[in-house]
Amino acid sequence: MTAWVVVLLVGAGTLALRSSFLVFLGDAPVPERLERGLRFVPAAVLTAIVVPEVLRPAGAIDVTFGNPRLLAAFVALLVAWRTRNIGLTILAGLVAQWLVQAALA
Amino acid sequence: MATPTREFTAGTRIAFPVVLGIIPFGLVVGVTATESGLPPGLGVAISAIVFAGASQLATVQLLDAAAAVPVIVLTALVINLRFVMYSAALEPHVRGIRRLVRLSMAYLLTDQAFAISLVSWSQRPDRPHHQWFYFGVALPLFAMWMITTVIGVYAGALVPESWGLGFAVALVFMALVFPAVTDRASAAAAVAAGVAALLADPLPLNLGLPIAALAGIATGMIAEGRAE
Repeated sequence: MTAWVVVLLVGAGTLALRSSFLVFLGDAPVPERLERGLRFVPAAVLTAIVVPEVLRPAGAIDVTFGNPRLLAAFVALLVAWRTRNIGLTILAGLVAQWLVQAALA
Repeated sequence: MATPTREFTAGTRIAFPVVLGIIPFGLVVGVTATESGLPPGLGVAISAIVFAGASQLATVQLLDAAAAVPVIVLTALVINLRFVMYSAALEPHVRGIRRLVRLSMAYLLTDQAFAISLVSWSQRPDRPHHQWFYFGVALPLFAMWMITTVIGVYAGALVPESWGLGFAVALVFMALVFPAVTDRASAAAAVAAGVAALLADPLPLNLGLPIAALAGIATGMIAEGRAE
């Protein structure tokens, strides 16, 4: 039950965000500060999510080679940079992780 | 000569490789929903109700961790704040289009649909029926999203844990970061956000994320100011 409430709230909120300028705020002037700040939201938010996942998978920071996610992440970043393709990045990262895990075993 | 049909098929043709690239993304989202304990109906519904993979992943994981409702909703909306930016960037190109059509366009807005249609619109700003180009891009993406979600949700239980698909979640975000880092200032924003996220990770209520995001945004704005 809670899950449904959460999902509906997130859905409604997200639609509101998507509609903000497309449907509602068409002619409203955007404060300059806000515009400049918004530009950095994707880079900041996405990195804030990724970095702990890669460097802190089990609580403590692990930047050793024993952390398969680290090496796999490098591979994935390279692929993401070169191809800009989500599908290839996921596949490359998973293959790399699998290879590193196999090598460490 | 532009017609709605021509514009639509042009959009579909250009979006085709991107639509294929969505397949692993949608599968991961579906599998993660099931693995996080969501009943299959909800696992599929969330892809239609939210239709934003990064926030869906965060939502189902936080639900699994029994986080507080306001925390989950806020986290998901922070992740989706970038849609405000996309909305603002597309707005000048959709003036004169009926509100209801614009609402449908808003609902279908994704990173990929935004990127492709913005480029097309910027190159040919006065092209008539261009909203059909947008739908030609956005609708196949939506269809592929739902199809792969369904497959992921139902096949998810069959995927062994050892495949390390949990990491796939982080990979999705990594793939989305790159188009977002376009210059020194946004790179600075990303670095600052990453460092702050590591330091703020132990904070309760998942506060680390919005704090790190703010740190990143502030750094980006400062770096941008310095560059002028």
